[in-house]
Amino acid sequence: MIKRSTYKSGYLPYLLILPQILVTLTFFYWPALQGLIQSFLLSDPFGQSSKFVGFYNYIELFQDPLYLKSILTTLTFSIAVASVSMALGLFIATMANRALRATALVRTLLIWPYAVAPAISGILWLFLLHPSYGIVALGINKWLGADWNPVLHGRDAMIMVTIASSWKQISYNFVFFMAGLQAIPKSLIEAAAIDGASPFKRFWAITFPLLTPTFFFLSVMNIIYSFFETFGVIHTVTQGGPGGSTNILVYKVYQDGFVGLNLGSSSAQSVVLMSLIILITVLQFRYVEKKVQYTG
Amino acid sequence: MVEKTPILDTFTYIFLMIGILIVGFPIIYSLIAATLPLEDVSKVPMPLIPGDQFMVNMREAWTRSDLGRQIFNSFIMAAGITIGKISVSMIGAFSIVYFDYRLRVVAFASVFCTLMLPVEVRIMPTYEVAANVLGPLQSIWNFLHLNTPVSWIAGHDIELNLNWSLLDSYTGLTLPLIASATCTFLFRQFFLTIPEELCEAAKMDGASPMTFFRKILFPLSKTNIAALIVIEFVYGYNQYLWPLLITTNPDMTTAVIGLQDLIPQADDLPEWNVALGAALMVMLPPVLVVLSMQRWFVKGLIEKEK
Repeated sequence: MIKRSTYKSGYLPYLLILPQILVTLTFFYWPALQGLIQSFLLSDPFGQSSKFVGFYNYIELFQDPLYLKSILTTLTFSIAVASVSMALGLFIATMANRALRATALVRTLLIWPYAVAPAISGILWLFLLHPSYGIVALGINKWLGADWNPVLHGRDAMIMVTIASSWKQISYNFVFFMAGLQAIPKSLIEAAAIDGASPFKRFWAITFPLLTPTFFFLSVMNIIYSFFETFGVIHTVTQGGPGGSTNILVYKVYQDGFVGLNLGSSSAQSVVLMSLIILITVLQFRYVEKKVQYTG
Repeated sequence: MVEKTPILDTFTYIFLMIGILIVGFPIIYSLIAATLPLEDVSKVPMPLIPGDQFMVNMREAWTRSDLGRQIFNSFIMAAGITIGKISVSMIGAFSIVYFDYRLRVVAFASVFCTLMLPVEVRIMPTYEVAANVLGPLQSIWNFLHLNTPVSWIAGHDIELNLNWSLLDSYTGLTLPLIASATCTFLFRQFFLTIPEELCEAAKMDGASPMTFFRKILFPLSKTNIAALIVIEFVYGYNQYLWPLLITTNPDMTTAVIGLQDLIPQADDLPEWNVALGAALMVMLPPVLVVLSMQRWFVKGLIEKEK
């Protein structure tokens, strides 16, 4: 798309787009290309020489039980974060939308966790769920009779990083669901109410279907969030442990590349991650956008 | 709404309050913890009545990890990313929308392709580029064997050694994160909604492209810019993986990373009061930005993703 009336000027448009192109080439295309090349090479431990090994790194990767476990961990983690934070965000937004008088106040009270860094959210919940000091951990042990210990039990550690990551994301989802709810024409709801539909019926028959675009969009955004931005949570709270139970893909790239210095494998992992994200994006643009209902 | 539902309304407010309480609980609890002396904060369960050690803990946190310096670094990083991203993408979008030139589509497509790919997926090679930004040029130079013809022209042997490291520098903290298509895309979408007549009128009055940009496009974009400032500031301030890699000098560490050193480990004193006090201080700037510019923030967030 372009404007009908445009300027024709020799060098000016090139000059204007140049900074963006330069930055993108240097910090995006070149590294992406290097990563791709690197993933087909095997370096010696001192980084002095490397030789072409074809798909060796990829084959090794998909035969590595630790990597396969990390994929599973990432899927569990991202689905858990997306569903917990979206369910709570939708629930609170629906409530806030009903409480017409206090909408602005409620929004102020709910919006700020968006500004909290994932790593800080991790620290706050680390304290609340600490096996010896955490008050929430105490409650879990006392009332649920569970032996809560995220330092030792993989499942508990997973629950802990999920809570810390979802908490921050509730406000993001809340903002979008709230906007989605307010965009629904009041006349639709009123017509249904006059026809005798109860508030719950109205929610499931009208509001929820009309929210599907928001819903799909947020699923993608939350999954991308839990793939990458949660790095801070993992790094501060569990460091991927115990026993690799919270070692999500992006953390594994970091560990293998910068701690283990296994360049080939780390690059192959990056390429896999990149392809995965491209796939999700393409799916979102191509498939999901057509299948959902739009209000207009 | 249409009918009166007193019971449901009561439940609405009760659930809403519970929701707000759950969301706010970690902060309230940390605030209380930050006011307690060490012997109280390590009690199980911790007393819920605030103590009087707030300033003591804050001062301790401030000095122990050089928080002032780190928050300053975070500010520079956030401001650099915000200003850089917005200016680079605004003039880029201006070029794509308002000019007709041969490589326009290529330029747009190459920027658009980077839309959804965060720095985390290409972290290793981006780090290598940051370690020597001129590395790509050097590689191309070597690949083309340019040493030979240049030496021949100059009449003596010339070795080209390009080296410019961004590690442990503000440029390194900001510049690589400016490479993002989201802002460009947003400005493009916005420019496309601006009536054609404005540009035509400006042209008729003899305004040059840059005058049109300065006098018409920029004032019209103010709300969008305000919204982007909030989003990008929060994004920049809260960065984790990139500053973790690119800074090794403690003087260049950002605040969010510096907090890691304050978390009590298994055999330390459990000084959670200090750690949480520091965490509260570090998160204050972006929270204040979001709360004070709430209106633009909500608008920007929603438009950015559409």
